[in-house]
Amino acid sequence: MIQTFAFYLFAVLVIASAVMVITARNPVHSVLWLILAFFNAAGLMVLVGAEFIAMLLVIVYVGAVAVLFLFVVMMLDIDVAAMRAGFMKNFPLGIAIALILLAELVLGIGAYRTGAIELGTPLASDAPAMVESNTAAIGAMLYSKYIVLFEAAGIILLVAMIGAIVLTHRPSKSKRGQQDIGKQVRRNPDEATVMKQPTVGEGVEL
Amino acid sequence: MTEFFQSLGMNYEWAWFVATIAGILLIALPLMLAVAMIIYVDRKVWAAINLRRGPNVVGPFGLLQSFADGLKVFLQETIIPSAANKGIFILAPIVTFTVALMAWAVIPFDAGVVLADINVGLLYIFAISSLSVYGIIMAGWASNSKYPFFSAMRASAQMISYEVSIGFIMVGVILYAGSFNLTDIVMAQKGHGLGIVNGYVFNILLFPIFVMFFISALAETQRVPFDLTEAESELVAGYQTEYSSMSFALFWLGEYANILLMCALMTILFFGGWLPPLDIDLIPWFDIPGVIWFFGKMFMFFFMFSWVMATVPRYRYDQLMRLGWKVFLPLSLFFVVLISGWLMATGHYGAAA
Repeated sequence: MIQTFAFYLFAVLVIASAVMVITARNPVHSVLWLILAFFNAAGLMVLVGAEFIAMLLVIVYVGAVAVLFLFVVMMLDIDVAAMRAGFMKNFPLGIAIALILLAELVLGIGAYRTGAIELGTPLASDAPAMVESNTAAIGAMLYSKYIVLFEAAGIILLVAMIGAIVLTHRPSKSKRGQQDIGKQVRRNPDEATVMKQPTVGEGVEL
Repeated sequence: MTEFFQSLGMNYEWAWFVATIAGILLIALPLMLAVAMIIYVDRKVWAAINLRRGPNVVGPFGLLQSFADGLKVFLQETIIPSAANKGIFILAPIVTFTVALMAWAVIPFDAGVVLADINVGLLYIFAISSLSVYGIIMAGWASNSKYPFFSAMRASAQMISYEVSIGFIMVGVILYAGSFNLTDIVMAQKGHGLGIVNGYVFNILLFPIFVMFFISALAETQRVPFDLTEAESELVAGYQTEYSSMSFALFWLGEYANILLMCALMTILFFGGWLPPLDIDLIPWFDIPGVIWFFGKMFMFFFMFSWVMATVPRYRYDQLMRLGWKVFLPLSLFFVVLISGWLMATGHYGAAA
C-alpha cells in the first residue's frame, strides 16, 4: 500500500513537472521544474531498489549539472517575444522530431512486450547475488565483466578534462596579467605599509 | 517504533505512518531547539574571544536570547519586493530549511537510533548537501536585485568547488570502512588505532583529510573565512538582503542546521560517532549513553567553527577558488590514491598483494 502510494506520488510528480518544463514561460522556472522531475525520478529508482543509482542521479544531475544549467539560464537575457517569432519557422523541424520520438516510443513499447533481449546466455557467475547491496553488485559488475568499457569511458573523460584545461589555460606571461600567489602570501606589513607622522596642514608626501 | 504502534491496535500501514511521523518530529523538534541554543553558544563564544559579554539580558545568562529573537522576527511583517518573482521568492527559504532538515534522517545518534538506516547513507547526505545550494540560488535570482544575484552566483560556484574535494575525502573514509552505511562506518572505527583508540582521525593517513574536511565544511556551510556569499562589505547581506521576517529566519535556521550537520558528519566520519574515545574500560565510560558522546563531540566541533569565525579574516574570492581547485582537489585525489594503495598493499580487502 505504502509502495503503491509512493509510486503514484513520484510518477505523477515526474510527469506533471515534465509537462511544466515545456509549458513554463520563464526559462528559470523550466529548469526548476526539471530539477523537480530529476528528484522524483530518483525517488522512483529508490522504489525499484536501485538506491545507489538514485543517489548518483541526485548528486550528478541535481547537484552539479542542473546547477550549471540554472547558472547559465539565469545569466542569459532571454526575450520571450523574439523566441515566439521563430516558432512558425521551426515548426516543421519540431514536428519531425516529435514524430521520430513517437515512433521510437511505440517501437520501444512493442519491443518490451515481446520479451527480454537475448544477446547471449548469461553465465551463472554473472547473476548478481541477492544478498549483497547494489553498490557492491554494481562494483563487481563494472570491475569484472565491463572492465574494458569502464576504462574506455574513464579515458574519454580524462581526455575531455585535459581538453577543457587546455582551452582555459593561460600562459604564465600573458598580456592580461598574472598573479604570483607565492608573492602575495609572502607579503608582510613591513613592505606593504609605512607609518607617517604628517605635520598639520601639509598632509603626507609619498 | 512501528511495533509499538502496532501493539496499540493499528494495522501495519497506519502504524508505519504514525511511527515515521513521530520519528521525524522526534528529530526535527529537538534539532530546532538545538539550533536556537547553538546560536546562543555561537554568540557567547565570539563575545568571549572579543572580550565582550555577549547576550546576557533575556533570561538567566541570556539563555532565552534566541527565542526572543525568534519571537521578534515572527511578529514582523513579511515584505515581498514588487519586482521579485513571487513564487520562487517565497519558495527559496522553504527549500533551504527543508533541505537542511532532510539530511538528518540518516544520522545515527547512537547504536540503532536512526530514522532511516539505509545502505547508501553517506551518498544520501552528499546528495542532500548538494541540494542546499538551490535555496540560495533561487533566493538570489528571485529577489531581482543585483547584490543577491552576485551572492547566488558566488554561492553556487563555491559549493560546487568544495563538494568535489568533500566527495574525495568521503571516498577515503569509505575505503577504510568498506561501507556507505553511517552505522557501519562508526562501527568500523571501534578499536581502529591499535585496538585502543576509536576514530579514524588517529590514523596517520586519515588525519590530513580530516583537516581538509573541516576546512571544506567551513566553505560548504559558508562560514567565515569563506562567507563570500554574505560579505557585508561587498554585497550588503548577500542572498538574504531582500528577505525579512520569517523568511529570513528560515534561512538562518537552515544555515545553522547545516553547520550542525557538518559537525555531526565530522563526528561520524572521523571521531567514532557515539563511541567513547578509547576502547578500553579503564573508567566506566561505556555506561555513559552514546548520545552524550555524540553530542559532546558535535559540540566540540561547533566550538571550533565559532572559534574560526571569531579569529580568521575573510578570504578573497580568487583565493577561495584557488584553495578549492588547486590545493584541495589535487591533494584529496592524491590521498584517495595513497589510501587505496595502502589498503591494497596491506591486504585490507583480503586480497594481499
